[in-house]
Amino acid sequence: MLRVDRASQRFGSRTIFRDVSFEVAKGEVFAILGGSGCGKSTLLSQLIGLRPPTSGEIAVLDQIVTGPNGAAGRRSMQRRIGVMFQSGALFGSMTLLENIALPLEMFTDLPPEGRDAVARVKLGLVGLSHAAGLMPAEISGGMAKRAGIARAMALDPPLLFLDEPSAGLDPVASAELDKLILDLRHDLGTTFVVVTHELASILAIADRCIVLDRNAYPDGGGTIAVGNPRILRDEATHKMVRAFFRREIPVCPGPACPRPE
Amino acid sequence: MVGQVTAAIRSEERDGIAVLIVSGRLDAQAAGQLWRQAFKTARGAQAIALDLSQLEYCDMSGATLLVGLQAAHGGTLPPTGAAPHVDALLQRARIAAKPPAAPPTTRASSGATGTSPFAGIADTIAYLGEVAVAIATLPARRRMLRLPDLLRYADRAGVRAIPLVLLLGFLMGLILAFQSAVPMRRFGADLYVANLVAISLVRELGPLLSAVILAGRTGSAFAAEIGSMKVNQEIDALATMSLDPVTMLVLPRLIAAMLVMPAMVLALDVAGLLGMATVMKAFGYPLITVAHQVQAAASTGDLLGGLFKGMCFGGAVAVIGCRAGLATGIGPSAVGQAATAAVVGGIVATILLDGLFALLFYRLGL
Repeated sequence: MLRVDRASQRFGSRTIFRDVSFEVAKGEVFAILGGSGCGKSTLLSQLIGLRPPTSGEIAVLDQIVTGPNGAAGRRSMQRRIGVMFQSGALFGSMTLLENIALPLEMFTDLPPEGRDAVARVKLGLVGLSHAAGLMPAEISGGMAKRAGIARAMALDPPLLFLDEPSAGLDPVASAELDKLILDLRHDLGTTFVVVTHELASILAIADRCIVLDRNAYPDGGGTIAVGNPRILRDEATHKMVRAFFRREIPVCPGPACPRPE
Repeated sequence: MVGQVTAAIRSEERDGIAVLIVSGRLDAQAAGQLWRQAFKTARGAQAIALDLSQLEYCDMSGATLLVGLQAAHGGTLPPTGAAPHVDALLQRARIAAKPPAAPPTTRASSGATGTSPFAGIADTIAYLGEVAVAIATLPARRRMLRLPDLLRYADRAGVRAIPLVLLLGFLMGLILAFQSAVPMRRFGADLYVANLVAISLVRELGPLLSAVILAGRTGSAFAAEIGSMKVNQEIDALATMSLDPVTMLVLPRLIAAMLVMPAMVLALDVAGLLGMATVMKAFGYPLITVAHQVQAAASTGDLLGGLFKGMCFGGAVAVIGCRAGLATGIGPSAVGQAATAAVVGGIVATILLDGLFALLFYRLGL
């Protein structure tokens, strides 16, 4: 579904991360983890085709989306993925129902009553049936997140990218969201790539994860671990990985820490 | 978007029941293409059943269509032959499609508060009161009025507006002189164009035009700046730090606008008189004659009155711009609405104030 091969991002002389490589299989829930400023969101923007990597290759849904010939692949890929942005990124001039019906209107032949029915089901899936007629300005941050997921799912894409889905949600709403992700994966075989900080959520839903650290290399950030988050929590020897999963203060943060596992 | 049809629905009669046999891949595209045909078939039958044994794939949009077909017929007959994951999807779609238990909500416009218009008037009066209190208590809280902010606002509102003020003033004087010179020349009174333009500019047009420029350039900017701060909760942050937003945000802008306006009015007056002098020179009048006419027509009192009016207009534009910013609602269009309200409010207030000044000056014999 997704292959990242030695992707790097530099801003001037500053290396945000380099040589990040991983693959995501169909039906997997894959988490991108790391502390603040390690480049998680930058990596996500590379994966969804908003920012080309400084070097490296990214293939999404069997389309290479980087390099000089990546534009066509990027356009094709962007029609077949769903993205939920951190704030929901709902269109402020439309009701929630209209927000979700928009991709259906643009990319399917569904008649208006069909768009309405499908959009209502998507809203129902995220528990927002009662808010169909509300404007984004009239709902809470958590509701906006859930509506953002509903819009990302509008076309039932095989691959969904979620940026901090649980951030700002109460524990119950967060657990419900985790369950929704697992249900969608089970029922539809949807693959998820989730950028998150929420340890409980990672351990509950992620099959595998990549951990980024801004001091992975002496000259910048990169990968410090890839694997099953529960195994990493219990068995990781890298101090920053242990610190992340066990919520410890690292003893030797920075370039002096051990090399990636 | 028209694509290849990947699913099909055909109807078969079995024991008096119309059986809809769904086959292929029923995704959002296919559901869109089959939607109306499927409902037409279902509604035409006495009773229907769904045979999903030939359905290879179904997503949530497809499940919505199937659940909708069942619902259109009361949903009495369960589908047959569905794969377990399709059954699970149908179940999920059924639950999600249920109407909400909560009462339906109504659509409201972004940022609307739903309160009466009198509440707006009361808020405005309260705001004016807060500004007055902030001014009155300023000597005791001088630290809150930051000089760098004041200078920055004065620079943005006044210094950077001077080229525009000079250009508009020059053109206004030129046009006024030219338009009035042609009819006045028929009466041999074209020399008095200098008097006419001087009085118009110094007493009325100078302050008015400067205020319109201030409202368009600066009032809207004040509203947008403060509106963005409100959207980003910066104003809440000020309040939680016990810093009065009116003193911190409104007063420096108000003082800056009131300080720069007399300079802007003066610049506009001078540029306008130069424009008028250019026309008079073209009509053959020496500049010294024009200067004498201007001196005779417009007194120092007229000039000072104009500058004072300009200062008051500047205050009104700044107060209204800041008020629009502080009243910014929620949502992406709110800042734009605040900027529009600032410009419209500033211009309307300027003209109303000008009318009041005309009455006042008349009564005072100025």
